[in-house]
Amino acid sequence: MIHWRNEIKQTAKGMAFLSPWLVGFVVFMALPIGLSLYLSFCNYPLLQPPVFVGLRNYHAMLHDSVFWESLRNTGYYALLTLPAGMIIAIAAALLLNSRVRGIAIYRAIIFLPSLVPLVASSMVWLWLFNSRLGLINTCLRYLGILHPPGWLTSPKWAMPSLAIMSFWGLGNTVVIYLAGLQDVPKELYEAAEIDGASPARQLWHVTLPGISPVIFFNLIMAIIGVVQNFTVPYVMTQGGPDRVTYLFTMYLYDNAFSFLHMGYASAMAWVELLMVLVLTAIAFWSSRHWVHYQGK
Amino acid sequence: MPEKIPVNLVSKELLEGKLSIPGGNPVDPAAPPGSAGGRPQHIGRRLLTHALLIGASLIALIPFLWLLDTSFKTESAATQYPPTLIPNPFRWQNYVNLFSERQYHMLLWARNSLTIAVLVVLGTTISSAVVAYGFAKIRFRGRGVLFALMLSTMMVPFPVTMVSMFIIFKWLGDHTGVAWLGTFRPLWVPYWFGSAFSIFLLRQFFMTIPDELSEAARIDGCSELGIFFRIILPLARPALSVVALFAFLGVWNDFLGPLVYLQHSHQFTLALGLDAFQSQLGGSQWNLLMAASVLVIMPVVILFFVAQRTFIEGIATTGIKG
Repeated sequence: MIHWRNEIKQTAKGMAFLSPWLVGFVVFMALPIGLSLYLSFCNYPLLQPPVFVGLRNYHAMLHDSVFWESLRNTGYYALLTLPAGMIIAIAAALLLNSRVRGIAIYRAIIFLPSLVPLVASSMVWLWLFNSRLGLINTCLRYLGILHPPGWLTSPKWAMPSLAIMSFWGLGNTVVIYLAGLQDVPKELYEAAEIDGASPARQLWHVTLPGISPVIFFNLIMAIIGVVQNFTVPYVMTQGGPDRVTYLFTMYLYDNAFSFLHMGYASAMAWVELLMVLVLTAIAFWSSRHWVHYQGK
Repeated sequence: MPEKIPVNLVSKELLEGKLSIPGGNPVDPAAPPGSAGGRPQHIGRRLLTHALLIGASLIALIPFLWLLDTSFKTESAATQYPPTLIPNPFRWQNYVNLFSERQYHMLLWARNSLTIAVLVVLGTTISSAVVAYGFAKIRFRGRGVLFALMLSTMMVPFPVTMVSMFIIFKWLGDHTGVAWLGTFRPLWVPYWFGSAFSIFLLRQFFMTIPDELSEAARIDGCSELGIFFRIILPLARPALSVVALFAFLGVWNDFLGPLVYLQHSHQFTLALGLDAFQSQLGGSQWNLLMAASVLVIMPVVILFFVAQRTFIEGIATTGIKG
């Protein structure tokens, strides 16, 4: 009886401390997600009340070429940034993990760009990528390339430009990899050394498996980041030229706030949520085969 | 809601720990073998490492330098081809103009950004600390499930909830007499209900504080709130500053939130204003645009260099982080 009363008291205490989050979860997470599920079955032009239309929004999606275009563009962006970003970040972390004079300064410098607000870095790169006056094309012309690409104004180069720019802001990912590298047990390298493993084999058989949980963490974060990517293309290209940088979330935004198709936008929000869930689930499922946790 | 995912606590400490070793010790004694293998490196290999590091640093730094450079040029110098390296004449006036010319609103936007940032940082830190204490120090049925639920909300991108949030805030404005859309409220009120990432960070930190401390206080008749305020919070100051810093970085970077909720240009934040400013200039006056960008970036960079020391001192004095 006393035991039972004690448990109620503990639960009440716990709930009291959790209450800000509990309220926030219901109001700012559960309610909007539920509401958007309902609205995704409605025709809702915002100024008139929502009208239930069943699956019509999802059906319209199947035949909406812009929807598929934005999805394809997002996939292309993911393809350009995820693998290359991972390789660049790991390479930078390996480099920053070496024991040389001034390494602390190098670490600070490489971390710095990731602090810059996305709108501000968009401005900087708009200027760097400027086809006539930009620093990049100026340098390319000095190197003898007389007709460098138009970067953001070229349908072929606009998306690669955004990818290149995203690599500049990888500093925080690099730092997470660096922390992972420092956690790989020394003994493993010593053992590998005794076995006569070359540096390349050490990288492949010791370092990469050792940081695989960190790779996994960064992969999940990168997937979530790519799916919701919005700010940089919105500011830099407005989705152009020829809609080649028009990403999924930009189309979602336009449906809601430019066309006032709140029902359709809600359906897209649900598709976005499902995309994140499915991609993360695939990553989790695959992780059994390549993520190694140290037995602690 | 930041699009960028913040660095985790460990790596932040790592980065900053290495930066301020007293006496400027260049070699980190705790560094693992990695490429060095624990032995003095071959001189050629060391040179190659330096060359690669310098190359990477240049790639990181050149955009900053070019940004600063352009911000001090006159309009004609900025758009001249081929570009000159050193601004001549050196034009401070760009910065003065941004503030003095009323059509630019720069001062107003800075004030808006700061107002929202203060409210978000305070709200995130206070509410997340309270919730994290519940998750870390009070044992009750269902705690594990709720914690997992909270972690899973970190995966929900803001665009997923933004449409319905907009509708909810509109409804509240239409039915309660308190306007939400077109005010700062949607941008800071949600942060007073804890943010999952901050709760997670603080909970991890609180777990490292020995239960004996709070047990002893409890025996002395201290209430749960008393333990939270007098024992846990003072010890957690370093973790609280990390959370506050991340909250600031997040809100300073936020673009989509203000874009959805704010309506008039006099309410804009700096991030939103910078974008508006760019469309207003329409591909000319790069010098002014770069000066404005410098102003947006500056607080973050200053904070980075200032906060480094605060964190190290905090971590060193409490001695809790092993």
